[in-house]
Amino acid sequence: MSVLRFSKLIFGSATVFFLIAPLIAILPLAFTDSVFLNYPIPGYSTRWFVELFTAGVWQRSIINSLIIGCGTTVLATFLGTVGALGLRDKQLSLVLTTIKTIFLLPMVVPAVVLGVGMQLMFARYALTNTYLGVIIAHTVVAVPFVVVNVLAVLQGIDRRLEQAAASLGAAPVTVLKQVTLPLALPGIVSGAVFAFATSLDEVVLTLFVAGPNQRTLARQMFSTIRENISPAIAAAAFVFIVGTVLIAIVVNFSRGTNRANE
Amino acid sequence: MNQPRLGKQLISLALVAPLLLFLIVFFALPLVTMIKSAVSDPVAARTLPATARSVSSWDRTSPPTVEMQAAFVADLRQISDDQLFGDLVRRLNSAKSGFRTLMPKTRKAALDTAGSIDLVALDKRWGDISYWQAVSVAASSRITDRNLLAAVDLQRDASGAIASLPADASANKAIMLRTFVMALTVTGACILIGFPFAMIAASVDGWKRQLLLGAVLLPLWTSLLVRTAAWFILLQDRGLINSVLMQSGVTSSPIPLIFNRAGVIIAMTHVLLPFMVLPIFSVLIGIPKNLMPAAASLGAHPVRAFLNVLLPLGLRGVVSGSLLVFMSALGYYITPALIGGAKDQMISSVIAYYATGAANWGMAGALGLVLLAATMILYAIYLRLSSERETSP
Repeated sequence: MSVLRFSKLIFGSATVFFLIAPLIAILPLAFTDSVFLNYPIPGYSTRWFVELFTAGVWQRSIINSLIIGCGTTVLATFLGTVGALGLRDKQLSLVLTTIKTIFLLPMVVPAVVLGVGMQLMFARYALTNTYLGVIIAHTVVAVPFVVVNVLAVLQGIDRRLEQAAASLGAAPVTVLKQVTLPLALPGIVSGAVFAFATSLDEVVLTLFVAGPNQRTLARQMFSTIRENISPAIAAAAFVFIVGTVLIAIVVNFSRGTNRANE
Repeated sequence: MNQPRLGKQLISLALVAPLLLFLIVFFALPLVTMIKSAVSDPVAARTLPATARSVSSWDRTSPPTVEMQAAFVADLRQISDDQLFGDLVRRLNSAKSGFRTLMPKTRKAALDTAGSIDLVALDKRWGDISYWQAVSVAASSRITDRNLLAAVDLQRDASGAIASLPADASANKAIMLRTFVMALTVTGACILIGFPFAMIAASVDGWKRQLLLGAVLLPLWTSLLVRTAAWFILLQDRGLINSVLMQSGVTSSPIPLIFNRAGVIIAMTHVLLPFMVLPIFSVLIGIPKNLMPAAASLGAHPVRAFLNVLLPLGLRGVVSGSLLVFMSALGYYITPALIGGAKDQMISSVIAYYATGAANWGMAGALGLVLLAATMILYAIYLRLSSERETSP
């Protein structure tokens, strides 16, 4: 039995190391003062963070990512929340079950396939090389995350609360505003966070739909790795990883408050 | 009783309508556009209407008739748009090389003289029946299976029968096979690491389980680009992995890990491992904890209890996880594009090349359709399996 426990410990630790070590290993490289991404690090400086936030291309791409990310979050959160409200019944009719499957499909379709189609179609309606086009493309792949998150919370809501409000004379819109949406808020928040994160990380659709003026941070990182690797990448990765941990805390927190509500 | 139910159904439909409409326009329509670009071939039919009418009675084996030649010259005189003419030349040249020089020459002659032209005297290639066959095929149909056939290395020969492309003309089958093998390798690696790992995570509890699951979730939530960048930095010849290996004396010169197959497989396994661990884990924690002791109390050796009890139950999770990993791996673009060399590019890279590099939308659409179909079939199987699990006790 001790042999089994020992091998479990070794295998588990090795896998945790494989999963986490690459993410930790690149963090110190963000603070190198050399132009190479090698260990040992010759000296520490914040020059690559300065480059990231002041150099024209990087600064522009960060601003673009924020514009497109916010646009995507607003659009996807609105469409996804309203859509999830229509799917909240536990016993769905066949039509609604099919619609639910359709809502989740953008997570499955390979991004390159969708990108080719979007480039062809968006060109016809002058949506390529526009912010609106990129926001729409990102919303398509972000919206399933909003639907999933909002739906999970909605299905946990005790419907008697809404029935009670209605029986006390509240109009359906009032019930929605005063009871349902506040209860669903944790799901809406985590859906919105996921939508923003999806937009921030999106590369493939951006490659097909965006023009040089809509170059996002992820797109800029992609071409930097491809053409001319620099430690600015490690600095950008540092920002991303720290951001992810913060997002994870926000999502966990909103889920925690949701659990407390139940 | 039926009235409020119908009303509720209508409200539900009204609520899902905006998103449904949005996805029909910006998700379904792009896919339809892509599929249409794979099979549509309107340029010759649009630019050569008179030729299309006159070749309809031609048997495609006898010499071209005088009417056909006159109709063709008349059509050429009608084309005023140079870009459209360019599209026509490209279309014909893709069916038979030689049109690239033949067409401008013929158009110039048609525009310079007003009367009828002896095409064979102008260029003896017009006496070659295969050029007329190409014109006839292109002009008489607005749809084509050319791209779909080329996607699987097939073509139609001059008589219209399906034949293989010459070995040097296309490599799509090889790329599909490579995509399949790479996706399968990644899936296998994920099973080998993910199945034991999920079993360990399910067998412990408390902070140990939190740690193991956190290790799976953190990479899952981290940007794909960041994870790929991390591997790009680590796998380099002077990267961390090679530095450690060389300093510890395992190797004296750096092991090539980047721009080759090994690097892509390592990075993709890292990226996709959570999709294997989580489904297996969720199946395993659903198994009653007393099953293994029950088997042991009935006298089963732990190995036998594992093989006969836990493994078959856990296998459902393995199947779900494998489908997810394999399906995602098939369509991977970013990781092979950044970590792989030219010989490690998968089907998505080829689609992206046709679309953005070569502006060959027909081929991009045809290969895209192949990838889309493969993904949808795998997803349908996945949905079927997971709904079966929900309904079975």
